[in-house]
Amino acid sequence: MSMNNQGRPTNIVAGGTDAIVTYTGHRGLMQEEGLSFDRGRSGKWGVDLPEPKNKADRLGGVRRKGEIGLPELSEPEVVRHFVRLSQKNYSIDTGLFPLGSCTMKHNPRLNEKVARFPGFGDIHPLQPQETVQGAWALIDRLAHWLKTLTGMPAVALSPKAGAHGELCGLMAIKAAIEARGEIRRRILVPESAHGTNPATAALIGYTVDTVPATTRGRVDLAALKAKLGPDVAAVMVTNPNTCGLFEDEVLGIADAIHGAGGYFYCDGANYNAIVGRVRPGDLGVDAMHINLHKTFSTPHGGGGPGAGPVVFSEALAPYVPVPFVVAGADGFTNIEQEEDAPAGARPFGRMTAFHGQMGMFTRAMAYMMSHGSDGLRQVAEDAVLNANYILANLKDVMSAPFGDTGPCMHEALFDDEFLKGTGVTTLDFAKALIDEGYHPMTVYFPLVVHGAMLVEPTETESKETLDRFIHAMRSLAAEAKAGNTQGTNRFGGAPYLSPRSRLDETAAARKPVLKWTPPAPKQAAE
Amino acid sequence: MTTYFTDQHEWIKVEGGIATVGITAHAAEQLGDVVFVELPAIGKALTKSGEAAVVESVKAASDVYAPVSGEVTEANDTIVGEPAKVNEDPEGAGWFFKLKLTNESELSGLMDKAAYDAFVASGG
Repeated sequence: MSMNNQGRPTNIVAGGTDAIVTYTGHRGLMQEEGLSFDRGRSGKWGVDLPEPKNKADRLGGVRRKGEIGLPELSEPEVVRHFVRLSQKNYSIDTGLFPLGSCTMKHNPRLNEKVARFPGFGDIHPLQPQETVQGAWALIDRLAHWLKTLTGMPAVALSPKAGAHGELCGLMAIKAAIEARGEIRRRILVPESAHGTNPATAALIGYTVDTVPATTRGRVDLAALKAKLGPDVAAVMVTNPNTCGLFEDEVLGIADAIHGAGGYFYCDGANYNAIVGRVRPGDLGVDAMHINLHKTFSTPHGGGGPGAGPVVFSEALAPYVPVPFVVAGADGFTNIEQEEDAPAGARPFGRMTAFHGQMGMFTRAMAYMMSHGSDGLRQVAEDAVLNANYILANLKDVMSAPFGDTGPCMHEALFDDEFLKGTGVTTLDFAKALIDEGYHPMTVYFPLVVHGAMLVEPTETESKETLDRFIHAMRSLAAEAKAGNTQGTNRFGGAPYLSPRSRLDETAAARKPVLKWTPPAPKQAAE
Repeated sequence: MTTYFTDQHEWIKVEGGIATVGITAHAAEQLGDVVFVELPAIGKALTKSGEAAVVESVKAASDVYAPVSGEVTEANDTIVGEPAKVNEDPEGAGWFFKLKLTNESELSGLMDKAAYDAFVASGG
């Protein structure tokens, strides 16, 4: 070893680091963080407040009998606690988030700036309408563009998320059927639809009838037609579907359901794959929700609330729920009450208090305006291109069940066929990906394939980012198939390098620990 | 006593007009560790292929369908408290509920053991 005269080594010393278990529980600069309850000690304060002067009992003799059990900590301890926890979080600002069907795309900083403009950020829904005309104008403009992009004549902006949008769409369908004096009790939901679709239908009392998928991963049109009848209210089709495939018989589906007197609900969660390219109105869709938090890049998944506006066809337009903004000679008016709706409108009711997620409206509008119509078209094209780049670069080492039916849309679906006989499961594979520094893709969904892995790269990832991800996936696939040649079982107990290793999901579900129990009982206060 | 099987992976054992219903060993293996079971109320009238019970594993939640029509006479509360029993002995102690058959002729449409095994082997 070469030493300088301070005794400080200047070269890197080779050494084994595999089995180091630290004395502190920290792993280098990755701090182990316990519960604030465990760290607290009675008598510690964050602020020094004077003794309250008037301690008269104002609770009519009602007194607390025990301690309330809040942790007592100093301010730096509280700050470190939450900063350390936040550093364990994986977010879209940390790295690629390949969760299929979730569209974890970059949230442009411009959107954030616009949402914080005082005229949008510092207003209140109960302000006089004439003082928030700018906000109404933005809502009106957003409604205009959602209708234009989808080719649909009406929109309800208030639903707060995708499934809430589905509920809104089905409630409009129910209202339209009741207005015809009919009762229809069944809703057809293909296997290739999102899981929320049958849940939504069941929530408002419909019987869910499942339509099987074809070997091409699409709706079986013949099976769908066979299930149609006078009691079918609607069909709910996710397009592109949850296998990442375009439902190429969508026009036939629309004709069939309309022929049977029902309505065509389209789950538009994957609209990001076709925005600017396809207008759902041209496909015969009667109602479709749009996830602003997916297609139009507003934050979600813990980063922000969702927003799920629903566009409607001519047939359902009268039933759009309140509130909605109407433009007049004196500016914009927000129609709050059903009786104030313009002639011809028969709102089925209201989905939310106030008008929806204003902060998401501003972000989505900023996204649309900064992209322009040509840019939005490119969003869809690049999302599809990126997914196909993933598919093309992985399908020789993994197994893509529908890889031979043509290109995919915005997400690439793999199954566990390539892992057969290796002893490695989809779950092991996903957990090993955590050790490689990635949030795993969606696993075990959709259910139509065995051991599914669904990868959605989104258009916001560069080729270089995708290449690094592909390298990780190919390396893991090769090792799984080679059967442990490196003498390390990187799959069985993965992840090894994360703050916590593999969790016992079964024990967590069977015997969940939902409450912190103090180590020793404390004495009751007076 | 004869055991029949459905294409939805339920088994049904009939003895003197009373049928015991559960999920097959293949279904239990595919589900993985079962963590939650919801059983029908005693006295509930079930129709063939209608939803009868719910079984949930760490991987998925699935409906269990009534293989034939009948009235629920008994539910296996043991598996509600200890869902692991479904994995340990799916075609025995892990049974779900018992039915008093209302239409025995419905049994003829079900599979026997050999037919079910072939169905599973063919990827069903």
